[in-house]
Amino acid sequence: MTQYLLLAIGGMVLVTFGIRLSFLVFGHGLSFPQWLERALRYVPASVLTALIVPMALAPQGLLDVSTSNAYLPGSLAAAVVAFFSRHTLAAIISGFLVYGAWRWFF
Amino acid sequence: MMVGAAPFGVIFGTLAIGSGIPVWATLALSLVVFAGSSQFVAVSLIGSGAALPVLWLTTFVVNLRHALYSATLLPYARHLPARWRWPLAFWLTDETFAVVENQLRHHTGERDGAHYWLGSSLAMYLNWQLWTLVGVVVGQSIPGLSNLGLDFAMVATFAAIVAPQLRERPVLVAALVAGTVAMLTRSWPYKLGLMIAAVAGVTAGVWADRKSVSPQATVPGTGRPPV
Repeated sequence: MTQYLLLAIGGMVLVTFGIRLSFLVFGHGLSFPQWLERALRYVPASVLTALIVPMALAPQGLLDVSTSNAYLPGSLAAAVVAFFSRHTLAAIISGFLVYGAWRWFF
Repeated sequence: MMVGAAPFGVIFGTLAIGSGIPVWATLALSLVVFAGSSQFVAVSLIGSGAALPVLWLTTFVVNLRHALYSATLLPYARHLPARWRWPLAFWLTDETFAVVENQLRHHTGERDGAHYWLGSSLAMYLNWQLWTLVGVVVGQSIPGLSNLGLDFAMVATFAAIVAPQLRERPVLVAALVAGTVAMLTRSWPYKLGLMIAAVAGVTAGVWADRKSVSPQATVPGTGRPPV
């Protein structure tokens, strides 16, 4: 486990620092490609949605849209509050309240 | 900005400890990687035993936007010696970029600009370490944290970050495609499906964007406007 973690973190450092160094240290005379700039706009939404959709719809691995799945109403509540208020922390707390209440009732 | 980062630092530290990541590794992620969103993704991936190449590639994709910041700030760093540019690059994050780029574009001269940049970087860095530490302490002081719906905290956090972006049509398309593909590939080993889903989402977003920014009619099949 320790070796896995060391390699995981070490690789993340190389990748992240390398990206940040790219233009500031090695990038003289280069310009950032425009197609890549457009593509980058969709990275956060794609990666985060890809992470949470399976957790919300299938927390145990199988599709579960029954009342026993509190993840789904909880995450929908967080998303709806965030969508209308743009207040991240309020959205997370609302999500938790719905999640907790759901588990309490069902 | 520093206040805005606080809850994320605490949530990161708490989540990492709750997912069984040791204290040293949690602190190391903040100290040497220092990239909030990829740290969250890493907690989720490490917690589910993802293969190292998948973790590294995902980190690359998630942090690639920093190359854009690096390129944008280059004109303000051209005159600086390498001993300045290396550390400034190490500390380059979303928050620092937003603050520094705005300041350098409007106000400051060359010399003061570099000091402003360095000062902001250090403040954000120390701030992130402090709140990570608070999160680690919180995580350790609540035994059985993982039974208290900790996975859900991650889902709620990510949902809250993504939802406001869905007002833009191409982002909505990207999220729908990424979510659908992730659902279909969720049982693939080593979290490989995550990479596929992310690439599919980004591709769909670019495609939808191209459709929405060029509203003039095109000849079917050729992509060219009618003569």
